[in-house]
Amino acid sequence: MTERTMELEVLRYRPEQDQKPSFQTYVIPFKQEWVVLDAINYIKDNIDGSLSYRWSCRMGVCGSCGMMVNGIPKLTCAAFLKDYYPAKVRVEPLNGFPIQRDLVIVMDDFITKLEEIKPWIIRKEGEEKSLEEGEYLQTPAELAAYKQYSMCINCMLCYAACPVYCIDNSFIGPAAIALAQRYNMDSRDQGREIRQEVIASNEGVWECTFVGECSRVCPKNVDPAAAIQRGKVSGTIDYFKSVIIPWGGRRK
Amino acid sequence: MPVHDVIIVGGGGAGLRAAIAVAEENPNFSVAMVSKVYPMRSHTVSAEGGAAAVIKDNDSLDDHFRDTVGGSDWLADQDAVELFVKEAPNEMIQLEHWGCPWSREPNGKVAVRPFGGMKIERTWFAADKTGFHMLHTLYQTSLKYGNITPYDEWFATNILVEDGRCQGITALELRTGNVEAIAAKAVIICTGGAGRVFPFTTNGAIKTGDGMALAYRAGVALKDMEFVQYHPTGLPGTGILITEAARGEGGILVNKEGYRYLQDYDLGKPLDVSHPDHPVKKSMELGPRDRLSQAFIKEVEKGRTFTGEFGDYVHLDVRHLGEKKINKKIPFVRELASKYVGIDPVYYPIPVRPVAHYFMGGIDTDNDGATTLPGLFAAGEVACVSINGANRLGSNSLTELLVFGARAGRSASRFAAEHTEAKMDSLQKQGADEQTKIKNNFIGKQGGTERIADLRQEMTKAMETGAGIYRSENSLKDTCNTLAEIRGRFSNIIIEDRSLTFNTELVSALELDFMIDVAQAIAHSALARTESRGSHQRTDFTNRNDKEFLKHSLALRTPDGPKIEYKDVVITSWPPEERVYGR
Amino acid sequence: MKSYVRRYPNTWWLNKSSYFFFMVREFTSIFVAGYCVFLVYFIYKLSQGPDAYYALIEALKSPLSIALHVIVFIFAVYHSITWFKLTPKIMILRIGEEQIPSFLISGANFFAWVVVSAILAWIISVV
Repeated sequence: MTERTMELEVLRYRPEQDQKPSFQTYVIPFKQEWVVLDAINYIKDNIDGSLSYRWSCRMGVCGSCGMMVNGIPKLTCAAFLKDYYPAKVRVEPLNGFPIQRDLVIVMDDFITKLEEIKPWIIRKEGEEKSLEEGEYLQTPAELAAYKQYSMCINCMLCYAACPVYCIDNSFIGPAAIALAQRYNMDSRDQGREIRQEVIASNEGVWECTFVGECSRVCPKNVDPAAAIQRGKVSGTIDYFKSVIIPWGGRRK
Repeated sequence: MPVHDVIIVGGGGAGLRAAIAVAEENPNFSVAMVSKVYPMRSHTVSAEGGAAAVIKDNDSLDDHFRDTVGGSDWLADQDAVELFVKEAPNEMIQLEHWGCPWSREPNGKVAVRPFGGMKIERTWFAADKTGFHMLHTLYQTSLKYGNITPYDEWFATNILVEDGRCQGITALELRTGNVEAIAAKAVIICTGGAGRVFPFTTNGAIKTGDGMALAYRAGVALKDMEFVQYHPTGLPGTGILITEAARGEGGILVNKEGYRYLQDYDLGKPLDVSHPDHPVKKSMELGPRDRLSQAFIKEVEKGRTFTGEFGDYVHLDVRHLGEKKINKKIPFVRELASKYVGIDPVYYPIPVRPVAHYFMGGIDTDNDGATTLPGLFAAGEVACVSINGANRLGSNSLTELLVFGARAGRSASRFAAEHTEAKMDSLQKQGADEQTKIKNNFIGKQGGTERIADLRQEMTKAMETGAGIYRSENSLKDTCNTLAEIRGRFSNIIIEDRSLTFNTELVSALELDFMIDVAQAIAHSALARTESRGSHQRTDFTNRNDKEFLKHSLALRTPDGPKIEYKDVVITSWPPEERVYGR
Repeated sequence: MKSYVRRYPNTWWLNKSSYFFFMVREFTSIFVAGYCVFLVYFIYKLSQGPDAYYALIEALKSPLSIALHVIVFIFAVYHSITWFKLTPKIMILRIGEEQIPSFLISGANFFAWVVVSAILAWIISVV
């Protein structure tokens, strides 16, 4: 029985020799259980060792292998070849980020934004619990309030899907705002006002025009779009509070 | 040349915990966090089930101690286990204070679940993505400290030794292809295990034993390398992990006759799944991982397993838990099974088989993470203290990251404070030499006849055949010979990628180079240990031999391959007994 | 090493149906805003006395005006439907651990919309 095959069209870019990226087509075997990542690994192992890309866990939890598959941001470890066969599959690096090499993007901006929103538990001065006192109590309902936003694997598919970010990199972006909300809504955190300075800014929630594509492509159902809209509501309420109650407004 | 006080190689759970420990112990210190991937990609992220620590009233440190020592088949150093179980609860509470979203009881306290080999439930969990939440909590918390400098996507290639002391590393910056020396007064290796030396593994691509090889080449012994844990429930083909928590919640293992076969292997008697005491701790499906994986092999030999496209398998049945419980406690299991084998575990049993998962062995360290090379420390899966001995209990390793990551961080910090800086010129020269070496042997390499992937595949095949769950003198000798041959053929590899920018072919070659060293340490250590203990099973020496082998093996590098020495296991309060489960 | 920045095409919104309908939604909001301005003008005319008011009403009976009203009505309805479909993203309500499902939030909003519209229609018909 002759082996079934299909074609992968991959965007290549070698900074030392290429002025700009160009496509290269490879013919790979088609296997029922393969994902696009398996196909890319096959190319590197057997056809062209010079293809560069990021990957690790191959089970959808490390967030390394995000790429554009037929123009849609996907985790290549979760995109099954059988859903495309026998048509050609086009693989490109994620939109919105500069291309370092082949399918590897420069993600410095993303890391900067993660750091900007102060993604750690902030306690007020003197309100830190000691280890001897044991754990902070948190009911299952309190955990459920932020749990969804804690599931982000930092795969950046939402940034690639967001037209605002792709057009203007100054937008803080879906994942960063969702992570900020994860901490804001954690009953153990007391840093919401500090984070609001960052996410309620012009580069924060107000850049978002609620296209909603970020939540559509998110492989972990984090729903960053909802996190952002809720940020708009809380930002607006904060503003009115500060206007109506000038003395009781923001605390540092 | 960058200079720091402490370098940490590896940005997973142990590395991040160590970095935070150094940063807190000494806020004036500059810490370099060198990782070949961005830290949130580290393999800690894929751990699912939970992390063990004693906090409930019905539990005690002594129980945790006894479960761990018994689970290790008495090869664990008992002084290390004592301090491990003692420090575990505080480390876990610290992580909770840092924001880890532990699953809770209705009253708001942290919840615990039963896990394999443990008499009393003490496994803290965050749904079934515990490693993910722990890693992200640690990574995000580490961003708080201004004195931790990230070296993201820098691949450590060598350890710098000067004046008999470790004084830094050389590392390849993936973005630019530059190889640089980075100087420091202490280096902590936290690069994880080496599951990728086996063909079927739960481990991700990055688990290539880099740190083990680095220490090995610097003259440090690799301890207990023959002890490789096979996780009993991985998906056939991909090897993707199905967490032990599925069994902790009551899942059962059945062969092709629908029979709960573990009862034939001295693991107790099964209770019906509707019985209120099911699952019985330390019995049947909650027995230790080595015994469960060995039972599978026996079932294969008896012809009682299913055979599929990807080899033999059995069924893990969680249907009786019901959709609600599955969605609440093991939702990720449902997602993985549905996606990767097209099975919805609410309605169908999951096909599973043992896959290589964890290295009990690793870099020989003391209880503070220090190695025999002054200035070099190690923690996490890469290290062997040893608290896991011949077999690790599930949910002890995530806790180990915290306890020993913190200890190594503090002791490395103290070491760095007590020592002065090295001769920079000498270190810089070593860095330049490394750059030349990599250029000549790899990027600039012409010709070659061996494809990296093919050579790697031959290595993994030899390891599975000769050094799998059951080993014999012949199978191991064959593997040792094959590995020696592969070591020779490595100098003939083909490198097609000449680029300096993000050259992942170069990285694959460097990783294969490291993996061959690690594989040799495993095979030779296994050959030398003529007994069966825990996860090391010899068909030609089927009994445990405490008289001759209540010792750790030490694999030391020589030009002709590893030489194996031994050192005694530390026994404090519990001399070796029969290892009993289900009785 | 030199990284390459790809230009994001100006026609990005034609590449995917969800992007296209987003642009339609944004487009309709111009008309909704525009009609609000018109309503302000309408009230201004009302304040100018019965002659000015009835002159406006007559002008509004022209075919062009009716056509425009139909278009604006369709756009306003589309805009409202998309708005209420998105409300669950903004109003997240929980009872204990469980989140109230989106369709209930949207449904409640749609229901309220219909009820308020019916009441207004009745008031207008009676007056």
